[in-house]
Amino acid sequence: MAEPPSRAEYWKRNVRYVAILLAIWFAVSYGAGILLVEPLNRIRIGGFQLGFWFAQQGSMYVFVILIFVYVRLMNRLDRAFDVDEREGGR
Amino acid sequence: MNIQAWTFVIVGLSFALYIGVAMWARARSTGEFYVAASQVRPVVNGMATAADWMSAASFISMAGLIAFMGRDGSVYLMGWTGGYVLLALLLAPYLRKFGKYTVPDFVGDRYYSRTARVVAVVCAIFVSFTYVAGQMRGVGIVFSRFLNVPIELGVIIGMGIVFFYAVLGGMKGITYTQVAQYCVLIAAYLIPAIFISLLMTGQVIPQLGFGSTLADGSGTYLLDRLDGLTDELGFGRYTAGRKTTWDVLAITAALMVGTAGLPHVIVRFYTVRKVSAARSSAGWALLFIALLYTSAPAVAAFARTNLLTTVTDTRYADAPSWFKNWEATGLIAFEDRNGDGLIQYRGPASDVANELTIDRDIMVLANPEIARLPAWVVGLVAAGALAAALSTAAGLLLVISTSVAHDLLKKTLVPDIPEHRELLVARIAAGFAVLIAGYFGIRPPGFVAEVVALAFGLAAASFFPAIIMGIFSTRMNREGAVSGMIAGISFTAAYIIWFKFMHPELNTVTHWWLGISPEGIGAVGMLVNVAVAVAVSALTAPPPPSVQRLVQEIRVPRGAGPGHELQA
Repeated sequence: MAEPPSRAEYWKRNVRYVAILLAIWFAVSYGAGILLVEPLNRIRIGGFQLGFWFAQQGSMYVFVILIFVYVRLMNRLDRAFDVDEREGGR
Repeated sequence: MNIQAWTFVIVGLSFALYIGVAMWARARSTGEFYVAASQVRPVVNGMATAADWMSAASFISMAGLIAFMGRDGSVYLMGWTGGYVLLALLLAPYLRKFGKYTVPDFVGDRYYSRTARVVAVVCAIFVSFTYVAGQMRGVGIVFSRFLNVPIELGVIIGMGIVFFYAVLGGMKGITYTQVAQYCVLIAAYLIPAIFISLLMTGQVIPQLGFGSTLADGSGTYLLDRLDGLTDELGFGRYTAGRKTTWDVLAITAALMVGTAGLPHVIVRFYTVRKVSAARSSAGWALLFIALLYTSAPAVAAFARTNLLTTVTDTRYADAPSWFKNWEATGLIAFEDRNGDGLIQYRGPASDVANELTIDRDIMVLANPEIARLPAWVVGLVAAGALAAALSTAAGLLLVISTSVAHDLLKKTLVPDIPEHRELLVARIAAGFAVLIAGYFGIRPPGFVAEVVALAFGLAAASFFPAIIMGIFSTRMNREGAVSGMIAGISFTAAYIIWFKFMHPELNTVTHWWLGISPEGIGAVGMLVNVAVAVAVSALTAPPPPSVQRLVQEIRVPRGAGPGHELQA
């Protein structure tokens, strides 16, 4: 195998993942749940007004998904850059 | 069996379970006492974190708060869950790699400064005591309402239980007890929620029932009916907001960042075996928390609708039996102002005088009776509320004892203390902390509710930025971090003390700076911290090379040892 890619590159990719995921985190909570709540409330899904749904339900579902997506992305990145942990925590 | 007998049996069984688990998982070393020897599996840690985090306030008060706040209640829902995204992405994996025991450990080592460590210790102890006093009070209240025991005796029983497993078991005992407590509390929350959802909408899943049509055959959506009722009775539409957008933004941000900065939550991520496990256990924790947090707004809407339809303009003589039961506890009070024998329940915008006052807490506590559930469910709710309070109290007591034994004694005052002595001191400190917490539970200072805002604000304005900058910047130095923390804390504390203690009469939206309430000011305090830290750091010398290497080292997962292998 070629020389493992640098740790600086690993860190850059990590920061990019975090930035993208936090942008979604911001969009569903502060965006859809707070700043855009009134315009979104004109859209209805069943008994919910959409903005209200994001504020009291949707944002929380997205939060859970974001963390598990991050876990998968990072596990892959750790292996690709050969910085993952071996069994036994070493 | 009647309600009280069932409550005694179920609460007794749950306590026996916790004690059994604590005996099985006793701590034998400081590593086990502080961080369960970093051997906890991610799902288990997620469950323990969920129980650690969800307190008496989440279990008893949150749904009631939302029921009366309507859409504005979402600041708690988003604020107290969104913080876990920050924890998972920005804090947990790096702190686990760092691998020491406490938050002050990280702050002290990363900023090569005893001052920084002491500032962090003082904040950790203050935040934890604020919280634990509320939990002990919660234990006392549940005992007195469900078991007719005096509040004082209830607090003492709760102290005894926590003392037993926190002092003996340390983090290891607490972790496994918290898993049991999570199971009890989530069952106690979801069972009544499912039944009340069935009753109101015919939907089994409360999260779906929340957006469904009512089961009364009218074909009206629950939320539309609720909007109509609240509007008509002068409370303002349920799904409309009343706070200013700025304030909602600030409170949500302060609660999110504060959650991610709470020491008893952060320390849980030191207990897992690997960095990747720290990431995934944050995901599990939020999943387990979200089970309750997504049900709570549904419960809130069901309970509010139910309350308005069954009580409003009913003849007092025909009021449902739960109404009479809870009236006896003083949590519902009816005063027939116009003497017509009807219960007029009205909001501030109505021209009819309101005759009913309702304590928000009964929304969860009275739910089983409102939904006409069997007596054992009421007992289960009592056991769930106790589980929520006890698990949070134990986690907080551990932070206090670790702060005293490890951060103050071992790392600051007596560095060469042998391990068995340190462990003894940690146990004694936990014991003392239980006594002080119990004292505040029995004689609560009048300002408990006020200082909770302060606790979140301080966590947001101190720990969170200091830790983030310590990980994501190699340039941030001691001078910057310490002055940032002090500026953030002073700003936040001054704002809260001004409005909450010195001039409570001015505590209204017209006097607030940018319309931001004291509850939300921690978010601004965090920005103050960052601005000061960056400016001061740019003007002073960069951190020594060994610290810069430490930062590089915590950014990669490989090499995370069990506990204290990584040296600065």
